[in-house]
Amino acid sequence: MISLAGRDILHSWGKFVLTGIGLGLLIGVTLSMAGIYRGMVDDAQALLANSGADLWVVQQDTLGPYAEPSSIRDDAYRGILGMPGVAAAANVTYLTMQVREAAADAGADAGVRAMVVGFEPGQPGEPPYLIDGRRIARSHYEAVADAKTGFVVGDRIRIRRHDYAVVGLTRRMVSSSGDPMIFIPLKDAQEAQFLKDNDAILNERARTAANPALNRPGVPGLLEAIQGAQTVNRSVNAVLVRVGNNASASEVARRIQRWKHLQTYTQAEMEEILVARLIATSARQIAMFLVILSLVSAAIVAFIIYTMTLGKIREIAVLKLIGTRDRTIAGMILQQALGLGLIGFVAGKTVATLWAPIFPKYVLLIPGDAVRGFVAVMAICAIASTLAIRAALKIDPATAIGG
Amino acid sequence: MTTSTAAGLGIRIEGLRKRYGEGGAAVDALRDVNMVVAPGEVVGLVGPSGSGKSTLLKCLGAVIEPTAGRMSLGEQVIYDDGWKTKDLRALRRDRIGFIFQAPYLIPFLDVTDNVALLPMLAGRSNEDSRRRALELLAALDVRHRAKAQPSQLSGGEQQRVAIARALVTRPPVILADEPTAPLDSERALGVMRILNRMAEQTKTAIVVVTHDEKILPTFKRIYHIRDGKTYEEAGEGRAFS
Ligand SMILES: Nc1ncnc2c1ncn2[C@@H]1O[C@H](COP(=O)(O)OP(=O)(O)OP(=O)(O)O)[C@@H](O)[C@H]1O
Ligand SMILES: [Mg+2]
Repeated sequence: MISLAGRDILHSWGKFVLTGIGLGLLIGVTLSMAGIYRGMVDDAQALLANSGADLWVVQQDTLGPYAEPSSIRDDAYRGILGMPGVAAAANVTYLTMQVREAAADAGADAGVRAMVVGFEPGQPGEPPYLIDGRRIARSHYEAVADAKTGFVVGDRIRIRRHDYAVVGLTRRMVSSSGDPMIFIPLKDAQEAQFLKDNDAILNERARTAANPALNRPGVPGLLEAIQGAQTVNRSVNAVLVRVGNNASASEVARRIQRWKHLQTYTQAEMEEILVARLIATSARQIAMFLVILSLVSAAIVAFIIYTMTLGKIREIAVLKLIGTRDRTIAGMILQQALGLGLIGFVAGKTVATLWAPIFPKYVLLIPGDAVRGFVAVMAICAIASTLAIRAALKIDPATAIGG
Repeated sequence: MTTSTAAGLGIRIEGLRKRYGEGGAAVDALRDVNMVVAPGEVVGLVGPSGSGKSTLLKCLGAVIEPTAGRMSLGEQVIYDDGWKTKDLRALRRDRIGFIFQAPYLIPFLDVTDNVALLPMLAGRSNEDSRRRALELLAALDVRHRAKAQPSQLSGGEQQRVAIARALVTRPPVILADEPTAPLDSERALGVMRILNRMAEQTKTAIVVVTHDEKILPTFKRIYHIRDGKTYEEAGEGRAFS
């Protein structure tokens, strides 16, 4: 027996291929959406893995530092360091902002959106490896930037009121929302985080000076002390902890939580926060897209197969008249739908792979998603063909004989 | 029941009636049709437009259900005020060859596979089916177009391919509706010659609906149908030169 569906596809391959490519673009978008979700999860995991920490110590009752603002005193790490099982503990700050080249003027160059990370060299929080340049050696005004910022070693960048020299580059160091990271010394970062721009400082000073409770004529030096305190920052966003080889991370976390009254998350808990909560809304958004794209694809396949079947009413009537079984005719239409799905899937997978690197955010195409996508496409095509199959089975063989 | 040994059945129709629709809109397309076609015989069926020729072929071809009467193929009664056989599709596939006024070839199969499709559907091997198809295409003078697509053939060539398709399973009954309409007189006579030879060799009973003056003289017997009733008449039965 020959394949009727195969022959029909070969006979009108132009129509099939064009329709298949159209369907393929839709499938490509669908696969990319899944890839965007995978990329977000992967970004989150990279963020956690690259931080070099086993525990995140953050402000009590917060999901910080990535999902919620968290602020803790910058001397809290000392107490943590002294606890059993703790091998290393270091302050970190995170600040998402626009960073631009030092030379550029603020209006002309919007700069790149980046997460500025303050860390202490040699401690958890330092980028684990560089693809270019060197680690930060001086305690001020040097930066290591992720390659995705577009900066290169030797660039000078401006963060708040200071210029930094880019001395090294990292790869795949991004925030949970996909912004590339820029690492600077902790002290600089603390300052950048809490020191506002010049105007804001002048404003604040003027306001403090205008407050009669703070600016008392009889108390010299009070105003200066208050103004000084306002511009010194003694907070960080989190303490990253590395536990000793023999210690249990969850055990240490429980102890810190109990004795220091600070929220402490293990790597697994942090991943749960990032993936299940932070990305959850985006994931639902993407899921919604996937559902709509599936419906649209199904509608297109159903429509195309239905139209192609209606175009073959005479031939199908003849096939039925000469004794072709319904099963054979249904099989022919089903195979055509599946063939269309196959062409579409191959086209979709190809375009998704080709355009993935162009996306601004990381798009991670994993084989498992491709397999699931393939199964879904085939199922959708099979379901979509039922309309055409029903129409074909209703065709009266008597129409072949005519009047 | 195999397709190649079912020959030699003949057709018998008695008091066949067919009414389309119901009530005031009812049309009595066949009122009293009686017809006998012996195995190996080719009979003509002629009549004015709307007289019920196509309706009769559809009943005999088991694609519409008559209203009353009796039809048998050989000893087997297939209709007696109701179908007497369950699988009409198998009946059509194994016993009846159809030739239509328009060829209705399958556009996505080449000429050979259009003809070979039926035996393939019935479970014969591809080579076997194609060999038989090529024999018939040769007999019908279209062997040289065997690899062509139907759309590349002339109307007459398409019709001859359609005839080959009807003959390929050697059905004991062939029903032809205006088979020679698109053909010139030489080709029309050629088709009738093949049908007659086929009837003789394999004891096929053949009914040919026609208006075609050119082929009327080839029938030994002709049934006239008027207002749904049949009248028999002897034909010239002119031998082929
Ligand atoms: N499906 C149908 N429903 C109702 N009436 C029908 C139907 N098919 C045919 N008829 C009527 O039955 C009668 C016989 O029709 P039929 O098609 O058998 O004629 P015919 O002899 O083949 O004519 P022609 O030479 O024009 O093809 C006509 O009056 C026609 O209008
Ligand atoms: Mg007719």
